[in-house]
Amino acid sequence: MRNSAAPIKSSAPLNKRMRPKGDMRTYFQELKRDIIRDRILYYLLIPFLVWFLVFKYLPMWGIQIAFKDFSLFRGIGGSEWVGFEHIREFIGSEYFLRVFKNTVIISLYGLLICFPAQIILAIMISEVTRERFKKVVQTLTYLPHFISAVVIAGIVTTFLAPDNGLINLILEKLGMEKIYFLTDPNYFRGIYTTMNLWKETGFASIVFIAAIAGIDTQLYEAAKMDGANKFKQIIHVTLPGILPTIVVMFIMKIGSLLSVGYETIILLYQPATYETADVISTYVYRSGLIDGRYDFATAVGLFNSIVALILVVSANKLSKKVTDAGLW
Amino acid sequence: MIESRGEKIFKVINNFLLALMATAALYPFLYVLSASVSKPYNVITGKVLLFPKGFTFDAYKEVLGNPDIWLAYGNTIFYTLAGTAVSMIFTICGAYALSKKRLRGRKFFTILVTLTLWFDAGMIPFYLTLRDLGLINTRTGIIIAFACNAFKVILLRTSFEGLPDELEESVKVDGGNDLHVLLRVYLPLVKPGLATVGLFYAIERWNGYFWSMILLTDTNKIPLQVLLKKMIVENDLQSEFTAALDFSSTISAETVTFATIIVSILPIVLVYPYIQKFFIKGMLVGAVKG
Repeated sequence: MRNSAAPIKSSAPLNKRMRPKGDMRTYFQELKRDIIRDRILYYLLIPFLVWFLVFKYLPMWGIQIAFKDFSLFRGIGGSEWVGFEHIREFIGSEYFLRVFKNTVIISLYGLLICFPAQIILAIMISEVTRERFKKVVQTLTYLPHFISAVVIAGIVTTFLAPDNGLINLILEKLGMEKIYFLTDPNYFRGIYTTMNLWKETGFASIVFIAAIAGIDTQLYEAAKMDGANKFKQIIHVTLPGILPTIVVMFIMKIGSLLSVGYETIILLYQPATYETADVISTYVYRSGLIDGRYDFATAVGLFNSIVALILVVSANKLSKKVTDAGLW
Repeated sequence: MIESRGEKIFKVINNFLLALMATAALYPFLYVLSASVSKPYNVITGKVLLFPKGFTFDAYKEVLGNPDIWLAYGNTIFYTLAGTAVSMIFTICGAYALSKKRLRGRKFFTILVTLTLWFDAGMIPFYLTLRDLGLINTRTGIIIAFACNAFKVILLRTSFEGLPDELEESVKVDGGNDLHVLLRVYLPLVKPGLATVGLFYAIERWNGYFWSMILLTDTNKIPLQVLLKKMIVENDLQSEFTAALDFSSTISAETVTFATIIVSILPIVLVYPYIQKFFIKGMLVGAVKG
């Protein structure tokens, strides 16, 4: 214990305990005293912890069915073990490559298109000097983030409808052929990425706007003195100023490469577009909750979680290193 | 300071592009609004682009005359209010206790909570657990199973930790206990933090559809988003309005869907400008912590 070596001071705070090493009796006496002293805090804490145990840790016990031949009748504990059969089946199936590929590609689209857009928007917003206009732009571009996935998907679906969707009506007026956007696998990733671009760019730019606000204004003055125009100021002052933020956010995105959510995709895809739209999480949803193959779907989900966890942990380590070193 | 010509040009172009982007962000909602009060014929022939054509409120009459929508709306309000209240109670209790550095076991409990941010049991084991607990197709299940979220606990804990210890001591000197400290001193002081966390919970409740769709099988329990999903994605309405559309029709599946969308996002759009700042704060704390 750190405190045991410290010189005894009569003015030491109440909760800094002095205790000779190895004296277990005093330890338990102190523990008891502290728990009684803080009993109200424990009363508050216990229901909260029970909630986490029941709704977060109890489901983890159910993960074992990934290695079992799950029968509803026998329950989670009583079902028979089958080892790695489900995971082997998944890796051996044609779906394995397809869902992995789709997940990574959709993530990469987001990384290459949406991520730079967030930075650009943040820089543009930060350049606005009229507060009123700035506020309006921010309010409007953040708005789509707060609208539900169902409504957004509904708007996308109606805009792209083949017969009388707005986009096709415009194409028709321009003398072009109608496009069956949502049944053509070639368009799915583009549609999904465009939708996210529209929905999330504004809100995601907040982080970068805050980073830009933290840049020392003297740097801009100095750059101006040196005759730098706006573009040069952005390239030589703004971008280097927010580079640590960019790097950290980028690494985080890499960490969540395999976590493409199912919520919006299952509203937009259909069997005709599974080829390009089906990601790991939607495949888990379909094989588990629709087809009722609980054990197999759990195995797929577990496989995904483990790979994703490795990615996230490495990404976090990397970002800590980067921010600590501050080399950028 | 005198602006150079280059700077002026930059500003004009920048403002113009931003105005364009802001318009693009808003446009789909404006279109839906205009289409919902237009004659279907004008909508499906592309005559409605920004302003309503052939003004009619019939789609809204249909929506507001539909008891299913009222029921679903009521359910959403109930889940949002009750769910947020339950979430706040759990989150406040947990965050407050975990913010006290003197608490024995604090580190272990904190790890227990934050681990859930990193590893999740997954959709199927979670579903099976809820089934074993008998929480399928119950309102209680919807409220309790999604009550807490480690990220928000951390967010609120950070707010509590920012308060000076002297505040607690002053209450204790007057003979108050830890609950008094929380209720009388701490909660009033972390109002912005509470608002942020509460609004995050509320908006998730209002907008969420997936687990309600999976867990609630009775149609009288489903929230608005699940009903909307049936209308929009599964096209439930098409069969009701198959009658040939002609110039004089004042209602169609599309316009009714648009009207329902407007009715469902109206509360959010109305309060959003006032609560925006809390989300921005939450977003920034999240990014720093993340």
